[in-house]
Amino acid sequence: MPSDQPLLSLRVVFLRQFLRHGRSIMTSPADVANPLLFFFMVITLFPLGLGPDPTRLAALSHGILWVVALLASLMVSAKLFASDFEDGSLEQLALAPYPLAVTALAEISAHWLATGFLLALLSPLFGVMLGLPDEGLLTLSVSLLLGTVCLTLIGALGSALTVSIRRGGLLLSLLIIPLNVPVLIFGTTAVREAVLGGNPESWLALLGGLALGSLVVAPLAIGAALRVSLDS
Amino acid sequence: MWAFIHKLGSPPWFFGFSGTLVRWLLPVTVTLLLVGAVWGLLVAPPDFRQGNSYRIIYIHVPAAVVALAGYYVMAFAGAVSLIWRIKMADVTMRAAAPVGAVLTAIALVTGAIWGKPTWGAWWVWDARITSMLILLFLYLGVVALFEAYENKTAAARACAVLSLVGMVNIPIIYKSVDWWYSLHQPASIKFTGESAIDSSMLYPLLLMILAFYCLFALTLLLNMRAELLWTHRDSGWLKQLVGDT
Repeated sequence: MPSDQPLLSLRVVFLRQFLRHGRSIMTSPADVANPLLFFFMVITLFPLGLGPDPTRLAALSHGILWVVALLASLMVSAKLFASDFEDGSLEQLALAPYPLAVTALAEISAHWLATGFLLALLSPLFGVMLGLPDEGLLTLSVSLLLGTVCLTLIGALGSALTVSIRRGGLLLSLLIIPLNVPVLIFGTTAVREAVLGGNPESWLALLGGLALGSLVVAPLAIGAALRVSLDS
Repeated sequence: MWAFIHKLGSPPWFFGFSGTLVRWLLPVTVTLLLVGAVWGLLVAPPDFRQGNSYRIIYIHVPAAVVALAGYYVMAFAGAVSLIWRIKMADVTMRAAAPVGAVLTAIALVTGAIWGKPTWGAWWVWDARITSMLILLFLYLGVVALFEAYENKTAAARACAVLSLVGMVNIPIIYKSVDWWYSLHQPASIKFTGESAIDSSMLYPLLLMILAFYCLFALTLLLNMRAELLWTHRDSGWLKQLVGDT
């Protein structure tokens, strides 16, 4: 459809898409609360399963917190593009004269603010519950802040690849868990180093590098994957 | 050269060409495998410390080497298919995934069998084992994603995106797992470095690696031919070809 309207700048497109998705998240606060609740409840399972011994829990806490954060991000990313795919707005986005990578990244950013960012902010609370030593709390929060950027982007890629498949949930975990391995390793090592009084900065720097790298590469792959899903 | 590459993209031409290739590759592969296996399993001297149990490396190492190379074959085919939309690249990628997955599984299983008498445990969370396990997951992801799509053209493109992302990730995964291992465990378990191996053991190993590359190529070609037979079962050229022979 030829239109006389001039194209908007990508920055405006990004912002509008970000706000649109942000508003749709606001309308269903349960979607924001659910992953946090999931995180909270799975954290509760570990003392029940391993026994309440504080020293043992403290020794395992950085690993537990990171693995559960990974699972929480896995759970929420399954539904990232689902509603947009079902109501056809994804198709409209693909037809729009703007790169899908940019519009998808706007949605993912809004999604991350409501999930990964919140989780990272609240994670010290859960860390205290598991007896993570105080020296590790700030590192835990920062590592999750950087790590959830990667986790969300990789999860979005999995979601984009499987959104047109019925019962894609299990497939999604098979696709993205192997890709999440480096994030988990860097994140847990950073927290452990902080607890042991070592040098967490280098691991956080690696995490930051991964986050920036995936911010560059992942949107392109996600755009391509969304087009595949729309074609199928 | 370019004409040859263009011809490779045509299913009828490829079917004929791969038929000739298979006829040559099959005897070569069988000979290499036989010579390598007899040399490695019977002729090569037993290891000073491990006795005869080390001989499993003549299966284990070639499988592991080719399994990793197979992922790059698959991802390269995926890139070709995404950029130039060549059907035969789709077929290559689709055919490479299960072969690579099986090779990875062989490497893991033979490693476990070797690990039991040598390390005293079937499974150790060693860096290399863990990265092989992740490679297996990456392969299985591609296979499962392809099966999940009903539209096979879309499936091939989705798998191409996934395998390319996987290819970017593999070096990062290997490196990160390496660091994870070196921090977690002291070097109590060490592979004998490949350069430290005596030539009487090394030559049969190199021969077996070559044999496994041939085996990979052969299985890949046979897989691709089976795929072509199935997808083109209604095409004129295939009926003509099958009717002739």
